[in-house]
Amino acid sequence: MSTAERTAGRSAFAEYVSRHWRDWAITVAAFVLAMLIGAILMVVADPQVSANFAYLFTAPQLALGGAWAKVSSAYGALVVGAVGSPQALALTSSKAAPLICAGLGVGLAFRAGLFNIGAQGQAIWGALTAAYIGFTFELPYGLHLVLAVLGGMAAGAVWGGIVGWLKAKTGAHEVIVTIMMNYIASGMLAYLLTTAAFRRPGREDPISPEVHPTAALPSIFGQFHFGFILALAAAAGVWWLLERSTTGFSIRAVGANPNAASTAGMSVAATTTITMTCAGALAGLAGIQFALGPSANGAPVPLTLGLVGTVGFDAITVALLGRSRPVGIVLAGLLFGGLDAGGLAMQSVAQTPLTLTMVLQAVVVLFVAAPALVATILPFLKGRKLKPAAALTGGQA
Amino acid sequence: MKKSLTITAALGALALAFAGCATPPPAATSSASATSSATASDFKACMVSDLGGFDDKSFNQTSHDGLVKAGTELGVQTAQVQSKAEADYAQNIKSMVDGKCNIIITVGFLLGDATQAAAKQYPDVKFAIVDYAYDKPESNLKGLVFNTGEPSFMAGYAAASLSQTGKVGTFGGAKIPSVTAFMTGYAQGVAYYNKAKGKDVKVLGWDDTKKDGSFIPGQNPFQDVAGGKQVANNLVSQGADILLPVAGSAGEGALQVAQASGGKVGSMWVDTDGCVSQAKYCAVIPTSVGKAMDVAVFQAIKDAKEGTFNNTPYVGTLSNAGVFLAPFHDWDSKVTAETKSELDKIKADIVAGTIKIA
Repeated sequence: MSTAERTAGRSAFAEYVSRHWRDWAITVAAFVLAMLIGAILMVVADPQVSANFAYLFTAPQLALGGAWAKVSSAYGALVVGAVGSPQALALTSSKAAPLICAGLGVGLAFRAGLFNIGAQGQAIWGALTAAYIGFTFELPYGLHLVLAVLGGMAAGAVWGGIVGWLKAKTGAHEVIVTIMMNYIASGMLAYLLTTAAFRRPGREDPISPEVHPTAALPSIFGQFHFGFILALAAAAGVWWLLERSTTGFSIRAVGANPNAASTAGMSVAATTTITMTCAGALAGLAGIQFALGPSANGAPVPLTLGLVGTVGFDAITVALLGRSRPVGIVLAGLLFGGLDAGGLAMQSVAQTPLTLTMVLQAVVVLFVAAPALVATILPFLKGRKLKPAAALTGGQA
Repeated sequence: MKKSLTITAALGALALAFAGCATPPPAATSSASATSSATASDFKACMVSDLGGFDDKSFNQTSHDGLVKAGTELGVQTAQVQSKAEADYAQNIKSMVDGKCNIIITVGFLLGDATQAAAKQYPDVKFAIVDYAYDKPESNLKGLVFNTGEPSFMAGYAAASLSQTGKVGTFGGAKIPSVTAFMTGYAQGVAYYNKAKGKDVKVLGWDDTKKDGSFIPGQNPFQDVAGGKQVANNLVSQGADILLPVAGSAGEGALQVAQASGGKVGSMWVDTDGCVSQAKYCAVIPTSVGKAMDVAVFQAIKDAKEGTFNNTPYVGTLSNAGVFLAPFHDWDSKVTAETKSELDKIKADIVAGTIKIA
């Protein structure tokens, strides 16, 4: 009996390792494929370079040299802009921090089997509340920042918690509810920015006063600021929650099979609400990064309609890429932060259009989210037991 | 299955081989970069867009045309960055400073704060910003602003004369001064028409006493063509038959509504002559309210290159042709000779200062 158990255990372990290896290989392969497609797009999109392909056989040095120069300068700029200097690394970290936070929010919900499309709305509430506390009150250093961060996280938690509660009590599908809550959040932001409490005195347009320096996330080196440390701490917290706490066990159990979890005596309703509340707080922390993090000129950007950008949706791709695991999400966030920072250099140095870097990101995610596709293109990666669904949501640990 | 694939591949390879057999012209064999660098100067002019891309057929594109023109006519080097989020403005400007740009042009009111901060931080670099005038600009910061209310006033007058339903409409991308200036002028032009003709043409989408009106909702209103279409549909369903969308590329939504109406509705265009930039919609565009940002941008670059740059804001007016009412094109026959002569008179009055727009 015990021998059989041990054998079963060992084969499960072996299977885990083999699948783990494939996950990594497929992620890397997805990258290489995306870069190749990006390179082709760059060549095709530049009429000067692609025109030379008419002479591919008569004067190959023209066509291939031109294409190589184009592609290498663009990818060179990408790498230099992302990791090429201390400033570049600082920029990458500041771009990555909100993506990591919001990605954790989405990933945590994935682990409980919930599709949190609402990180955008939760981040908006986080940014809005943190900025409000930041520009309204006059408080000493330290206390002001702590209050602004806690306030922002609480606001995000409430916004996410409402969704969890609705799902738990009424069965309302969280995808629809979170999407609608996103609209409500951006509508609320637009409304609040027209009120006297939020609008900068003397301005007609929707822009808030500047956040007091006492509430800004302190800079460590340029744009490498305290928010990035917060993001790493959040990742560690989520790891502890999922892997070491009872609540985390319930979250994973509910995510794997809600019926079984319920039979085992866990409250699916309570777990759903708690998960969405935590997810909301994490996404709220992403919003805080935008509202309180120092920009290139050292001061936080005042609250406007588009301050948080599309972080909530980018977070979904980060969570997918990170396979919903904290370490994976940190790496995926850094990667996307690097692509963002490097994408800027691609524009300003290599004059590659913004749309191309966005296409590059989209192609990476497309391949990563569809491992079967990569395995089909590169058959040697095809395992016997590739489970895209499990890999996608990280349904089991 | 496999065989057909092989044949396709073989055919493809063959086609590629033929396509690749052309003989290169002798000029192409000499390095392209060598020829261009012979004329290029060391002066570098750069541009940072707002969230709208340089292909928005309106605001950013017109400004970018000025940069391109400077590149070809003055031989300066150029570079541009398109912004992805409002939080990126400061970073994007910095990337251009790092790129050793001599003058940086930021496009749009929304970059006002970030541009001023950058001008303070980098006194050696010249800055010019489209659509923002500072009360006390830094010595290296020039605002490029446009009295778009003036041609909008004329557009409002023309719209009122063209309206069959007695209602005209307008909407904006966001409630910022550079947008509401159009709407204010438009509404006052209609009011002027009513007073002159004893008519009662209504303006939907802008209340000139409350200084508020219809705007596209959402976080990216200037790119939201569907949103623009929805707002335009709302105005049309309330009876408006001539529209003035002031929303960058999202204004295309209004052009779509006009085109689908079968000639009942016309929609004007802003920033450029819509019959040129949005040629497929020319039949539904009565006229356009032009804003010669390309001219102002080009001039700022030229001044900076020649060392005559100063921080006095440039103000585009009807009299210096910095703003203009575009030709009527396809609608020329629908605008009466009487209206045309009245518009000429209005233009003269605005230039002379007898008509004031506030």
